Amino acid sequence: MANFEVPVLGEYQVLPHVHPDTMAKSKPYVAKPDIQAGVGFPGELVPDWENVAVKKLGDLVSQSRALQVFLDSCVKCGACTDKCHYYLGTSDPKNMPVARQDLLRSVYRRYYTFAGKFFPKLVGARDMTKDVLDEWYSYFHQCSQCRRCSVFCPYGIDTAEISMAARDVMDAVGVGQKYSNEIIGKVHKIGNNLGLPEPALADTLAGLEEDVKDETGVDVKFPLDVKGAEVLVITPSADFFAEPHIDGLIGYAKVFHAAGTSWTLSSHASEAANFSMFIGSHENLHRAALRIREAALDLGVKRIIVGECGHAWRVAYSFWNTLIGPFDFLDQRYPIPQHICEFTYDLIQRGALTLDKSANDDKVVTFHDSCNVSRASRMGNMPGGQFKIPREVIKACVNKFYDMAPDTIHENTFCCGGGGGLLTDDLMELRVKGAQPRMQALKQVVDEYGVNHVAAICAICKSQFTKVLPYYKFPMDMIGSVHGLVSKAIRLGPKN
Amino acid sequence: MSAVTVIYTLLFYVATAILVIGVARKIFIFARTPQPLKIPTTPAPTTRLGVWARMIREVTVFESLFKSNKWIWLFGWVFHLCLFAELAWHLRYFTEPVWFFLPWMQWFINFTGFGMIAGLAGLWARRFLVDRVRYISSLSDHLMLALLVGIAASGLSMKYLFHTDIISLKAFFLGLMTFNWQPLPADAPLLVHLTLVATLMIVFPVSKLLHAPGVFFSPTRNQVDNPREKRWVAGWSAQIDNTKTARG
Repeated sequence: MANFEVPVLGEYQVLPHVHPDTMAKSKPYVAKPDIQAGVGFPGELVPDWENVAVKKLGDLVSQSRALQVFLDSCVKCGACTDKCHYYLGTSDPKNMPVARQDLLRSVYRRYYTFAGKFFPKLVGARDMTKDVLDEWYSYFHQCSQCRRCSVFCPYGIDTAEISMAARDVMDAVGVGQKYSNEIIGKVHKIGNNLGLPEPALADTLAGLEEDVKDETGVDVKFPLDVKGAEVLVITPSADFFAEPHIDGLIGYAKVFHAAGTSWTLSSHASEAANFSMFIGSHENLHRAALRIREAALDLGVKRIIVGECGHAWRVAYSFWNTLIGPFDFLDQRYPIPQHICEFTYDLIQRGALTLDKSANDDKVVTFHDSCNVSRASRMGNMPGGQFKIPREVIKACVNKFYDMAPDTIHENTFCCGGGGGLLTDDLMELRVKGAQPRMQALKQVVDEYGVNHVAAICAICKSQFTKVLPYYKFPMDMIGSVHGLVSKAIRLGPKN
Repeated sequence: MSAVTVIYTLLFYVATAILVIGVARKIFIFARTPQPLKIPTTPAPTTRLGVWARMIREVTVFESLFKSNKWIWLFGWVFHLCLFAELAWHLRYFTEPVWFFLPWMQWFINFTGFGMIAGLAGLWARRFLVDRVRYISSLSDHLMLALLVGIAASGLSMKYLFHTDIISLKAFFLGLMTFNWQPLPADAPLLVHLTLVATLMIVFPVSKLLHAPGVFFSPTRNQVDNPREKRWVAGWSAQIDNTKTARG
């Protein structure tokens, strides 16, 4: 099944000894010139690229307090060394957060610090060479930007910021990653990651309306480009066609139907994901997000609700107000933007939904906290709402729910292994090995409680789980959407 | 005035200048550099007051490190606590009359020199014994530990073995502060101690010791988690003007 060694799950998580260079060969496909052009980067390695890279790095550091502080403050204490799922799964020491940071920090030191300029050997400073660039390309595409290291660092150093900067520098010299850059280009051109044009989208949604009618006998609508709707729903385009994502979309539609809230999708902004964050490009980040402001203004909606997607929720919750605000044209009585789980949770709290938990009695459910939701955003009005609200929604829809071990959930959650622009087949070995800590924690609740269903609120997690679960001898359909559970449990029609 | 006195007088002026100017410059750079996006590591406080509390926990009890690794926390926290106590205790060489709280610390100071060495020894041992930490350690990491161990050991040697003339020493430092230079007792352990301390002061602004001011500026720790409630802009994000670019 695999041309690499799949980790074997034992009784508990093992902390591996370092095995240098085990993942040195892992590299995603490099973007061709036409893909690079679509996102505004040079198509191939530019002349004098060493100096271009060094200058770009300096610019980035001067524009980001995070980078400046993170590059200067690390003391190499080692607290992060056993926190990255890619280190735990691969045992390659360059996947330890501090070592990954040092790939870039060593260059920063060489050109921008006194110690690195005059005593490079002493502090491990390095010239910007082709070998260094190759190493960056390999190992900065072995970071899913999940921020688990930043939870445990005594100075809050976040390797995600460093890997975003490294990818931005590489793009600036013409070395881009095919997967992410191609997708961003599609968003700019068509409006979503899949390149799904408006007619195809309308078709898909009409099909869904028929399916739900057949299943429930109720006319649940999937509106597209409806002017004057109350709510604009921005969701990852995977929700339109991928399994199990689509069950989530059906769930949202049923919740809106039950609540009697008018809503619409937009063909102009048919994507919640914003892969520009992964490549650290703020021009692309702004440009992709701006479609959502444009759609909201065009359609004259009063609220924006975001579907189940991890990094998209980070961008929406943490960055939208900065990037595409101010939102003075929206209804200020609601959070802007609001997560679909917050919306459903509010309705459940008010008793506005009829939910039949027994509809999910075939499932023993656990919840996978997605990294960007857990460590880079919030739901509700108190810290930690991002953990409580999705769980409350699940518990309102199922009878049997068990959490995984405390050191693997909430802010300690392990990444699915496919985040941060790594959800591509050319990185399959990395994805499988990086999933190992999550699979280990899952195995425990499977063995102990008979868990047979993992609910998630992230399109990338759902796709990644579908792919890697079989490597660990779990059924691939074990992963589901939180709103897939809602969809199963919800009873439409008049309330009894 | 002896050559030793002249050399150490100059050394401490230079070291102090480098430390103060170097760290002030770095703090200025940290403060001046914008943070364009909100990136607190969540769950994060939703108020300024909450952020203060988080920061105070980070710098007093090393909250994140405690969550991370109990050994590093134990060694690191003991070392920093003892170092901090020793720094305060050394104020008695710079203040006349000595500040009111110093006598209260007398009992604790019996442990702090040893505490520093114990903490440093633990941290240093990890650099050899734990393969992950050995992998990330560079020569400068070892030298920094050697420097700090040297400072603590030379200090302890004067406390228990080779007593130095602390009355003259205090006169020397008060003299430095008032530009009324006084002779320095030329005892070998003292000169070693002072040389190492001056070295530490000089390397501080160009080394990883910058973690001390750095932690206060770390956006993942010092930002308020309120991006929906309050629009955040800084640096390049402050240049964004959507009223011009958006349709509608």
